[in-house]
Amino acid sequence: MLPDLGKYAVPVLAAYASMIVLIAGLILLSVRTANKSKKTLARLEEKRAAK
Amino acid sequence: MSIWEFANPVRFMRLSGKVLPWITGLAILTLIPALVWGFFLTPDDYRQGATVKIIYVHVPTAFLAINIYFMMFVTSMIWLIRRHHVSALAAKAAAPIGAIMTLIALITGAVWGQPMWGTWWVWDPRLTSFLIMFIFYIGYIALWAAIDEPDKAADLSAILCMIGSVFAVISRYAVNFWSQGLHQGTSAPLVRPGEETQVSAVFWQPLMLSIAGFFLLFLALLLLRTRTEIRNRRITALRAREV
Repeated sequence: MLPDLGKYAVPVLAAYASMIVLIAGLILLSVRTANKSKKTLARLEEKRAAK
Repeated sequence: MSIWEFANPVRFMRLSGKVLPWITGLAILTLIPALVWGFFLTPDDYRQGATVKIIYVHVPTAFLAINIYFMMFVTSMIWLIRRHHVSALAAKAAAPIGAIMTLIALITGAVWGQPMWGTWWVWDPRLTSFLIMFIFYIGYIALWAAIDEPDKAADLSAILCMIGSVFAVISRYAVNFWSQGLHQGTSAPLVRPGEETQVSAVFWQPLMLSIAGFFLLFLALLLLRTRTEIRNRRITALRAREV
């Protein structure tokens, strides 16, 4: 249940929404890049150990 | 144990791998309750109305925007003086986080300013220096991406970071030494014993928790991204050996 924000509902919700979108995007991008580099490194290390 | 031991990538990976889940958990346990407290459970301000709820987002992100740049300045100095790769990679990893924090502070400041000041934007010293700092963040990220040779990229971006640090300092102290401008003084002043806060406890307490939550989130993301940068450096080295 949203609190009563009165005539300031738009600016308050816009501030929180923009923060959530940007932070979520940053987290998703950071986690995805981290997983990708972890997998790539593991594959290369395996390949190197096999030689 | 010396702090310089963590400049060793292997030691850094070992230690950061152990503390990262704890810091991530702590960040979630701090930030979500802080934002719920600030948004749902605090009253309206008698002058600002419900827009006071924006401070739980604006102040922590603005605080981090300036301090992440300061952290990048210190790690860039360490790179230039002692040539520790982890410090250069930590600065590189911190830049996108700092850029996002600065962007959030600019957006939330604008949406608060419109109903309170009657304008989205003014060329006020603090606002202008914040915008320039954001441009420096973008320039710093672009410079790293533009140069293939890692040491050269670290050197040049460290110099750019130092030039931009002037605007980080101006952003922090502009409201103190520039009398003109719309932006008010700090919303979360340090309170000395025996002094009263300028902000009521009902707003101040969730604000402090929110600052702690955002700081822990930054720390978790910084460790995660620095670990990725170290891995990427290793990937590049292994691929170079294959060729």
